[in-house]
Amino acid sequence: MEKMVNIFLFGKKYEVPENLTIMTAMEYAGYQLVRGCGCRNGFCGACATIYRIAGDRELKACLACQTTVQDNMYIVTLPFFPLVKQVYDMDKISVNESVMMQLYPEIYACVGCNACTKSCTQGLNVMQYIAYAQRGDFEKCAEESFDCVMCGVCSSRCPAGISHPQVGMLARRINGKYLAPGCGHLEDRVKEIKNGDFNELIEALMQKPVEEIKELYNTREIEK
Amino acid sequence: MYSEKYQASLAAVEAARAKNIAMEPQRMTAQQKEELLATYHPDYKTNEFSVLQIGPNKGDKVPHELAEMLQAHSRISADSVDLSAPDYETDVLVIGGGGAGTSAAIEAHRAGAKVMIVTKLRMGDANTMMAEGGIQAADKPNDSPAIHFVDAFGGGHFAAKRELLAKLVCDAPEAIQWLSELGVEFDKEADGTMVTTHGGGTSRKRMHAAKDYSGAEIMRTLRDEVLNLQIPVVDFTAAIELILDENGQAAGAVLMNMETKELLVAKAKTVIIATGGAGRMHYQGFPTSNHYGATADGLVLGYRAGAKLLYAETLQYHPTGAAHPEQIFGALVTEKVRSLGAKLVNKNGEVFMHPLETRDVTAASIIRECSTRENGIETGNGTAVWLDTPMIEAIGGEGTIEKRIPAMMRMFEKYGIDIRKEPILVYPTLHYQNGGLDITVDGMTTNVKNLFVAGEAVGGIHGKNRLMGNSLLDIIVFGRNAGIHAAQTAKTATVGKLSLDHVAAFEKEIAAAGIQTEAVSPKLLPNYARKADK
Repeated sequence: MEKMVNIFLFGKKYEVPENLTIMTAMEYAGYQLVRGCGCRNGFCGACATIYRIAGDRELKACLACQTTVQDNMYIVTLPFFPLVKQVYDMDKISVNESVMMQLYPEIYACVGCNACTKSCTQGLNVMQYIAYAQRGDFEKCAEESFDCVMCGVCSSRCPAGISHPQVGMLARRINGKYLAPGCGHLEDRVKEIKNGDFNELIEALMQKPVEEIKELYNTREIEK
Repeated sequence: MYSEKYQASLAAVEAARAKNIAMEPQRMTAQQKEELLATYHPDYKTNEFSVLQIGPNKGDKVPHELAEMLQAHSRISADSVDLSAPDYETDVLVIGGGGAGTSAAIEAHRAGAKVMIVTKLRMGDANTMMAEGGIQAADKPNDSPAIHFVDAFGGGHFAAKRELLAKLVCDAPEAIQWLSELGVEFDKEADGTMVTTHGGGTSRKRMHAAKDYSGAEIMRTLRDEVLNLQIPVVDFTAAIELILDENGQAAGAVLMNMETKELLVAKAKTVIIATGGAGRMHYQGFPTSNHYGATADGLVLGYRAGAKLLYAETLQYHPTGAAHPEQIFGALVTEKVRSLGAKLVNKNGEVFMHPLETRDVTAASIIRECSTRENGIETGNGTAVWLDTPMIEAIGGEGTIEKRIPAMMRMFEKYGIDIRKEPILVYPTLHYQNGGLDITVDGMTTNVKNLFVAGEAVGGIHGKNRLMGNSLLDIIVFGRNAGIHAAQTAKTATVGKLSLDHVAAFEKEIAAAGIQTEAVSPKLLPNYARKADK
């Protein structure tokens, strides 16, 4: 017999096997999930969840699909959080801190409470990446925020009303498009293809009998 | 931290590590691979397949679970839906909000079409989000689209539709450029040179990545761009039937709100099915690496409307699904772990194969090791082999794992396993639907006009097995392609009277074939809710 623990889903008590994740525990309890369930593997941020262990002062946040249940865990899911997402044209935005001032000015109202970092389900240093964004250091903001799954828990805890995941998103796009070094071999290859440099080779492959391609494939040289 | 029962095997793995790192395992010959697949690959288990009795692929074999959905009843009766006052009218209707759907929507919008996306969960709830390892493109000087073609054609058992594959490889570098211009970050050297690695079955290092969040980085950027373009997205709303017009052309879809079950009608000049894969069908009882909504919906929608399937009998079992701990059973362990140097090791600490054979061969080899060879490690959820991750740090230097595969490190860390120091247990997991709806090179189905398909719902781009990194590529190349052509077609398309006659006709076919079923489809979501003991 597997060991059972008591959990409280939205305040209601259920007895579930101790080795389940919060998500599978909800299903064990009989929930057919529609909201609050996406990739089930920790990448999509659909299953942000807040919990408290009875008797513990601290509220904790996690992804339901990545967290094992504990005895006396009080659980509430946060399947949606109203983040502010500003609309912008990537081709026209300015690439210095004025863009943050313009689109997400609330980041300058950060009071430094660090509640965002403490609540991050990915363990990121959220307050630090907001500080980088304030300074217009988008490369560092992009790096620090890279593992963000945009679940929104940080924003739910923020007294300044910052939509941290959207700030990181903007910084990463600016970094990817404008700040990261350009790629010469990629540009060259696109030009060569447009120029038709490979047409003959591809055309030959289109016509070649399968047996000949098999021979090519089975004897091809593999880069070390 | 592994419990006592794993310690003896772990010790063997550790003892052999230095020797295993140094050895270069032999690759299998073509004949060895064929024999291995025929004996151990799940696609070759004939008793796991049913013959379709009705529809465009009547007589073809598909997995039992898919056959049931393809030959199931509609969720609606054809005469119960009022088509006369559509709730939405658009030029291009995109069904699915993953990588292919969003790419298609962006391009259709740019081409001047009025476009909308419907998606049964949230935009971005898709296998794209979970693709970890990378995206292929032959953009290095020692590489070419022709070499990429041969790798993919061979890896797919020479079954790909060549014109689709040629498009895939020739448009690949431009796809990377397109993503870069949208702001997708790629791993680069200081001079801008792409950091590229091998994937299973590649002959050149052409795997581009954004750490091991490659798909997530692409998906969140595409999603952000859809929002910037203010393309309407109707989320938590599934397409449950296609609507055709009186001339048999695709002309919209019947939609269902996933929460309220309200039915809605969307009328469109062209429709793009971008509904993704099928891992949540759990073919042959396998666990899956796929997202919650991967239930082959697009195949069902298309099939009922008369579109043909290609290679629907071929599935990809990713060789390295997590086998332990049970909380992440079936979750993807990216192939990049092997690209970076980790080898597969059996319970005795022996390397039993080259780690970068194609996925089907690698999966079959692991199954052989765990079955007839009895060299697997018991996990309580079956058997597994080791993937010796500490090799990566030994080869690439300390810090390589944290820098290159942080998601993997995090996933196992939560369960007390430090993959820098300890190997992990893996077993094949259902990963990818190789087959799907048959399309021409402009993305339209071969036999239903104005119906386009993109992404994992397409069959034929990869043949009967897909190489790592060619799926993120195909959603971009064929997503964009479908968007461009659907927008273009919409410009001149005229839509006749809307009709669900094909749904009624399909019901008649079910009855005429004597199929007894209570199943309804599309499935939309798996049912994991435990039934209370009564």
